[in-house]
Amino acid sequence: MRFLGRRAVFYLIALFVAITINFMIPRLMSGDPVQMMFARFQGRMDPASVESLYKTFGFVDGPITEQYASYLANLLQGNLGTSIAWFPAPVSQVLGVGLAWTIRLLGVATLISFSLGMFLGIRAAWKRGRFVDAFVVPITGLFGAFPYFWLAMIMLYVFALKLDWFPLGHAASLDINQDWTNPQYVLSVIYHMILPATTIILTAVGGWLLGMRNSMINVLSADYVALAQAKGLSDRRVKYAYAARNAMLPSITGFAMSLGFIVGGAIVTEVVFSYPGIGYTLLTAINARDYPLMQGCFLLITMAVLGANFLADAAYVVLDPRVRS
Amino acid sequence: MDNAATSSASASSTRRFPRLSWGRLGLLGALLSNRKAAIGAGIITFFVLVAIFAPVIAPTKDPNRMVGRPHEAPSLEHPLGTTRQGQDVFTQLVWGTRVTLLVGFVTGSVVILIAVIIGITSGYVSGWSDEILSLLTNVVLVIPALPLIIVISGFIDRPGPMTIVLVLASISWAYGARVLRSQTLTIRHSDFVAAARVTGEPTWRIVLFEILPNMTSLVASAWIGAVLYAVLTEATLEFIGLGNPNIVTWGTILYWAQNNAALMTNAWWTFIPPGVCIALVGFALVLINYGIDEISNPRLRTDRVQKKKKAKAAV
Repeated sequence: MRFLGRRAVFYLIALFVAITINFMIPRLMSGDPVQMMFARFQGRMDPASVESLYKTFGFVDGPITEQYASYLANLLQGNLGTSIAWFPAPVSQVLGVGLAWTIRLLGVATLISFSLGMFLGIRAAWKRGRFVDAFVVPITGLFGAFPYFWLAMIMLYVFALKLDWFPLGHAASLDINQDWTNPQYVLSVIYHMILPATTIILTAVGGWLLGMRNSMINVLSADYVALAQAKGLSDRRVKYAYAARNAMLPSITGFAMSLGFIVGGAIVTEVVFSYPGIGYTLLTAINARDYPLMQGCFLLITMAVLGANFLADAAYVVLDPRVRS
Repeated sequence: MDNAATSSASASSTRRFPRLSWGRLGLLGALLSNRKAAIGAGIITFFVLVAIFAPVIAPTKDPNRMVGRPHEAPSLEHPLGTTRQGQDVFTQLVWGTRVTLLVGFVTGSVVILIAVIIGITSGYVSGWSDEILSLLTNVVLVIPALPLIIVISGFIDRPGPMTIVLVLASISWAYGARVLRSQTLTIRHSDFVAAARVTGEPTWRIVLFEILPNMTSLVASAWIGAVLYAVLTEATLEFIGLGNPNIVTWGTILYWAQNNAALMTNAWWTFIPPGVCIALVGFALVLINYGIDEISNPRLRTDRVQKKKKAKAAV
């Protein structure tokens, strides 16, 4: 438990750094940040509301420490400001909608690509030079080298435009009653998810696969694996309960690094498929020069990534008894 | 976190015996005798030559010049057709190689320079300066890079290639730094470093001439990885419209293709070739890294396993 406590402190520090970066970015740019960020609110909001929006981003009269305090105080109350693109909706509300879609899409895709990568990695290491090792490893490596957005474009072109098997974008059909108790709606959501999820899986699986394969190869030459085989344990048992469990540990630690890439990939995949998640929201914000929404997106994505990392740490505790003490 | 930081790459390179079999050519020779790495190096060389000889291969004053009708299909005159603006796609592709590769290699090199400095320093000096540097590394590592880069680019209006290099480099060094730090920790306690310290060599000499040469393969693979990351991220930023769309790169060709509804109008020649080029460069870099991995960790070599099996079958 001390391990998880230390990790929690670390993620809080990371979050604090991200918040500070968010505070600094507008102040480091050339030009007047207040003018840049809020000019488009003039005339749409009454002066008092604009004034309170200044406070939200720490643009108060006074030294930078005072500005920072004002910014932090507003953030702690969950106040992220008002969106321009979705005026007059508050940023937090816009983000909530996007986040739900992204978590669904990315959650499914990450779960599948991770399991698939682990499974194939175990196979590749167990039977060196055979089918999975000789063909699947290089092919997924090739997919990993593709720019995510380009693979998404090709998928869209081939499977949605040319073959017409899948919809051209969005998260669900608009002419169906948007209600989770409606089975038709659920089916439509799944149907719309297949193409973007496949794109993310194809690009992400190679990394998991290769990492697992290499780590498994090293573990398989360990003495305790030889002992397990000498004892006459079944291949299955040796493979999964002895070798794979230990070989997985670096992949779990690597989760932190991989997740950053996967989130990046998911952002552009959402853009290509017009999938209404947080990445698509971020791009809409950029194009609309919606600075409050941009900053909110960054904070939310960071918080989600830190949270997912914490979950990975918890998984590590389950898999590796050594950190439990 | 630290004890688990050894990735497959860093676990592998403590074995230093390949130096003997590399012969006189060193790492480069070993690389070229590895089939995967040789193919990768060949592809990269090809694109570097294209970038250098762009004025010879596709002579033009300005690759953005209008030379044909909009969205012409490939023909003898325009081997890869034309864009919506009537620009020659082949010419743009050839000239785009220059900026794309330049940004990739410059960024990769800056990233690895920062990673080497921070990684080795924090691995070699123990104590609180290591604590602070590791904390910094881990924090930068865990903050999602692409969203941050996108937000920064959103605040800067239309960043050019040099700005992209700076922003990318300042955020992407953490992975390399962490891998190099854990390797430095391992090497620091070896006998030859202790011997150097006893003979009174200054710290900078120990770091540059004792520790760094023993991490060549690790630094090389981290560099290749950083170049790959830079090429892909640059293309991504430009594709979503965060670069300067008037500078011809593979990313901006794709940006214009997307904005001109190339998918809907079946103008495949505007979006397939630049993507294939990026993927080829990416794949070549991945192959080189597989090669480096196999050289520094002989267990990962597949060739040997297959040969053994063949030998057994022959008996």
